[in-house]
Amino acid sequence: MTPPTPSPAAPLEVTDESVEKSITSPDSKGSESRSPGRLAWRRFKRDRTGVISACIVIFFFVIAIAAPLIAKLYGKNPYTTYASARPELLDDFSYPAGANGGMSSEFWFGIEPQLGRDVFTFLLYGIRTSLGIALAATILTCVAGIIIGVTAGYLGGRTDYFVSRIIDIVLSFPSTLFFIAFMPVVYGLFVAPDDNVPTWLIAVSLIVVLSAFGWASIARLLRGQVLGLREREFVEAAKVTGASPMRIVFKELLPNLWTPIIIQATLMLPAYVTAEAGLAFLGVGITDPTPDWGVMIGRGAQFYSQDFTFMLFPGLSMVIFVLAFNLLGDSVRDALDPKSKR
Amino acid sequence: MFRFLVRRALGALVILLIISAVTFWLFYAIPRDPATMSCGKNCTPDMLEQIRKNLGIDHPVPVQYWDWLKGVFVGRDYAGFGHCDAPCFGYSFANREPVLGTILDRLPLTLSLAFGSAVVFLIFGIGTGMIAAVKQGKWQDKVASSASLVASSLQIYFVGYVAMYFLVAKLGILDNPSYTPLTENPAEWASGLLLPWLVLALIWTANYTRMTRSQLVETLSEDYVRTARAKGMSSRNVFFRFAWRGAMGPIVTIFGIDLATLIGGAMITEYTFSLQGVGRLAVDSVEKSDLPMLLGVTLLAAGAIVIFNIAVDAVYALIDPRIRLA
Repeated sequence: MTPPTPSPAAPLEVTDESVEKSITSPDSKGSESRSPGRLAWRRFKRDRTGVISACIVIFFFVIAIAAPLIAKLYGKNPYTTYASARPELLDDFSYPAGANGGMSSEFWFGIEPQLGRDVFTFLLYGIRTSLGIALAATILTCVAGIIIGVTAGYLGGRTDYFVSRIIDIVLSFPSTLFFIAFMPVVYGLFVAPDDNVPTWLIAVSLIVVLSAFGWASIARLLRGQVLGLREREFVEAAKVTGASPMRIVFKELLPNLWTPIIIQATLMLPAYVTAEAGLAFLGVGITDPTPDWGVMIGRGAQFYSQDFTFMLFPGLSMVIFVLAFNLLGDSVRDALDPKSKR
Repeated sequence: MFRFLVRRALGALVILLIISAVTFWLFYAIPRDPATMSCGKNCTPDMLEQIRKNLGIDHPVPVQYWDWLKGVFVGRDYAGFGHCDAPCFGYSFANREPVLGTILDRLPLTLSLAFGSAVVFLIFGIGTGMIAAVKQGKWQDKVASSASLVASSLQIYFVGYVAMYFLVAKLGILDNPSYTPLTENPAEWASGLLLPWLVLALIWTANYTRMTRSQLVETLSEDYVRTARAKGMSSRNVFFRFAWRGAMGPIVTIFGIDLATLIGGAMITEYTFSLQGVGRLAVDSVEKSDLPMLLGVTLLAAGAIVIFNIAVDAVYALIDPRIRLA
């Protein structure tokens, strides 16, 4: 005999033991609203790993946003080559004179070999660039994926067929290779071959190219979800009462799609951070004078065997960020969708 | 099975045609003239004219694509290079070598890298995943699960250098990454690629550990496993004869995708370890704006993805008899 399983239509609250407990606990008030969002938030707060990793992720975003302020208080910037004014900072072979990559009370994370820039501010601004690009790409990808996926799923028929075939093709494209191959093509649209490519254009191209190959997976997922939702009674009821397609999409369908969208976004952002850094590392993304996580790792790679300390800062901070974000993503998934198995 | 393969192969061909057309159009039709791009910074009008003629880009783009496509199937005559035999993917702008030949030269390294690391990460990933699933909730499980979480957050362009710094430069345990053809000297081949294999495997293992664990945990709670146990079969027997077969499906799927990705060019890996494989070729061609070469590498990578997708579906049916290939 199998135990009776709760039907999918059963309200979430009944199946969730932890919430049942909290209802009977003395500090909860009967009048408190229990929207799905609030329930998810409660589950999330109880997850210690999730909260800690959320703090770490928020910390990274805060220092990224506040980078100019921190740099001002610290009194340095990522562009000045401090060693050219003070040659004693670097030794005869252009490596930091001090121990551990020249770490001192003045240069917290040491100084860069050869050019002698300040590692701390370079890293701060690098995180800022990388997170900014990854965040923008994530948002653009989600918006494009939502529009295309929901449209295809809702309209169905021929539109759905064509969109699905396009998704099939986009997913068969070797994406990393295309990120690399497309960057020069995008520059070619805007800049004459001999001119230098301005940094803002590189950033915009990165965002566009990352999104251009990223939308397909989220669109496919949402299309499937919408196909299921479309046949449900509440959508039919809305149709019967004369709601416009726009209203049905935004007011009826979209609120039911936030969970998969958020889950996809939490998977996407760290992937884009590492992809962006990887492109910069290969020399096809953001290039040197602009601080960037990947640029820093690429710089560090040039002299890793002589000055390993320099490599550690961008490398370790990226590992910490990605790990924290992955853990956060798992916790968010658990909180939003407690029945799902990982 | 045969009909399935034929149908899927035709579908794959269509996708490859579309990808080649899209790539061709994007690379050749965008405002920046490929001749100017390949000509470089100190270009003379004569050189430009010569390149145009050699590439046949005085024709409109659809005609160019048709010529290229004809070249692939029946061969083609170039003004600058002479005749090029049947699977002709054109000539490199940068070093005037045939594209196909250059890719085939580089392919053994990439294949060695891909299959070598695949062996390592499959064994370790599935092994640790199995241990974690069998010892569910015990310390082995916790160690395997958290280690795989950390490992999956690592990046080759960081871990690769960390490994090279400690294992090669400081301790001298492993050799600097290098490539010797397998046929020439198997021992050197393995020792030169051991470090990249291990680093790649470290990162990719994590996925397999997690996947194997969650699949096995699910399968072990299935009715048919319980039935087998109830009949008196030993748990070892149940595990190796029933449970793991049921859990393999999704693992085969991601393995196919991963292998295709690796064959299409592990660009960052090859760059990190200074190996001259297909991935490095792609990065270099981007720097040199070598469009025919890029087109060739793209098709190789896309072809790998498409072919492995078919292979995955076929293997899936072999593993799981419930799935019929229609």
